[in-house]
Formats: sequence, C-alpha cells, structure tokens
Amino acid sequence: MTTNSGDNGEILDQAAQWRGQGKGVALATVVSTWGSSPRPVGAKLAVDDSGAFIGSVSGGCVEGAVIEEGLAAIKDGKPRLLDFGVTNEQAWEVGLACGGKIQVFVERVE
Amino acid sequence: MKLELLKRAVESAAAGRPAALVTDLKSGRQALCQGSDFEGNLTPGDAVIAAARRALVDDRSTLVETPEGKVFIEVFNPSLRLMVIGAVHIAQPLARMAALAGYAVTVIDPRSAFASGERFPGVELSTEWPDEAMARLKPDRRTAVVTLTHDPKVDDPALVAALKSSAFYIGALGSKKTHAARLKRLAEDGFKETDFARIHGPVGLDIGAVSPAEIAVSILAQITATLRADRLKNRQAA
Repeated sequence: MTTNSGDNGEILDQAAQWRGQGKGVALATVVSTWGSSPRPVGAKLAVDDSGAFIGSVSGGCVEGAVIEEGLAAIKDGKPRLLDFGVTNEQAWEVGLACGGKIQVFVERVE
Repeated sequence: MKLELLKRAVESAAAGRPAALVTDLKSGRQALCQGSDFEGNLTPGDAVIAAARRALVDDRSTLVETPEGKVFIEVFNPSLRLMVIGAVHIAQPLARMAALAGYAVTVIDPRSAFASGERFPGVELSTEWPDEAMARLKPDRRTAVVTLTHDPKVDDPALVAALKSSAFYIGALGSKKTHAARLKRLAEDGFKETDFARIHGPVGLDIGAVSPAEIAVSILAQITATLRADRLKNRQAA
C-alpha cells in the first residue's frame, strides 16, 4: 500500500510551506528497495536550503547523504538517482547495516 | 518536480479520485495521470499508462523499466478510513493513534454527551445512529470499522452495515460471552459463519492490554496486521 495517505501528506505540506516562504526545497523519494529496508517505496524526505528536513527514506542511516544531495539539487536543479546498500562505501560508513539496498530519487521542487 | 502537480495529486486523492504521478528518473519530467487524462511536461507511453492504472489498483507505487529508461509511478489513493462506533474512553486514544497511522477517522455515537468536541478535539464526529451514519459514509475496502459501545442497539446496526460492505476490518469490543450472544443475534438476522469470520471479537491482539490507550494499541495493531496480511504471509513463508 502507498504511504501517501499517511505521513507523506505532512511532508508535502511542509515542502509547500517552505516554497511559499521563498525557500529552495528538494524532495527525496524511495523508488525501489531490495532485501530488508526500513522504509517502503514511496517514502519521502523534504529538505530546505538551510538543511532543515522532515520525513525519512531509511531508518536514519542514509539521511545525511540524501540531505547533502538534496542541497546540491536545490543549487543546480538537476535530478539525481542515488543507490545505497551494503556494498556502497558511503552508505556503509553512515551505517546502512540492515543488509538492504535502496534507490532514492532526489529532485528540486519548483 | 512541479509543486502544483504534487498538490493536485494530493487534493485529487483527498477528494476520492485516485491519481498516479509518473516521473522519468533521468530527465525529472513528470505527468499526473487520472483515469485516461494526463497533464505535465512528460508524455507517458501506452505501456506506462497501463502500468500506472495497475499500480493504482494494486495501491502500490512502483519502478518500471522502459526502453527510454527508468520511470517511477507514485500512487496517490484516497486515505484509509476508520469508523469508530461509540465515543467511549477507548475511542479517545484510538482516534488519535489511528490518525497518526494515516486513517481518516470518524467517531459515531448518537449520545451527544459522549460524542462531544470537548472529548474529541479535532476528530470528525457524528451523532447519527450508526446505520444512518454508515449509509452516508459508505465503508469500502479501504475502511476499518470498530464497535465499542457494548450496547447491542448501537453496535448491532453498525455491524450489520459493516458486514454488508467490503470493509477490510471489522472489530467488536466485548468478552467471549458477549461476542457469542452477538453472533446469535446476527444469525437471527440471517448472517452466516463466513460473515462471523470477518468480525474480530473480542477485538484487538491479545497483548494483555489494560488501560484504554493500551487497548487502542491492541486494536490498531490488529487493524494493521489485517491491512498488511499479504506482507505477513510472504514473510512467514520465507
């Protein structure tokens, strides 16, 4: 089942509010998962240009890296597709130890 | 990502019209699909439109591979709903917890002293009789129904309406003895074993709950386990 009926409503509202205040905003969405991953496809995280964020794409393991990419997307406007998993060095450093893999799409909100 | 498109997807779902947001993951171009209409800066092919329809029916956002690259289909379906019959003590924490879990909650109780805004701040209340309220609200396969009054003349009509609907979860508060008497009354109304099997009674997972909030946890846990029965089955099979 989709998560859009639940917590994503709050995240999208916050993204809209930030845009309304003239802030740059990026949205990250889990687009695929393999193995045991803590958040389902469709899970979202929104970040503003100051690094304030709401929502999650994992159990907290890769959020730091996703926020960095979100800030970069706010600057250059280019969408990004990120892979995280146990074989990904960066993800391992920040601790995606659940054995799963996730793919996260990051885009600037216009 | 156009904020306007996203807003429209959310509003459409809230108004009861399912929508699928299709994103080309290379270009970031998007289209919002509703029925056979689509809008946005992406023109999805027939295969993608068919996949979007399927995703809406399955209620599952999904990644599809096309000759042009990866496309993400995100489903915006109307909210899950919970109808609580009986504005009693347990209903207070249950309404708040269920809202956190993503349910649009309606608490129904013809006794206006119970169903008061002071007791249920921010919760949608109805003081209609349950059969009237449920005829109006039309429970569907994304609806859970829980009866909490212990009073047959309030609970029974709600159970009858729930059994005649495609509600994915039906729960009735009461001891085993109360539940046996309830099923006897429903049998007199012409309901059968297959109907009885749909009613969780006594309601909730047995976690030894004592306080109203703990009982609300046990009820919401059982609703969740029913909603996610497919996932549970897959995991137990693995």
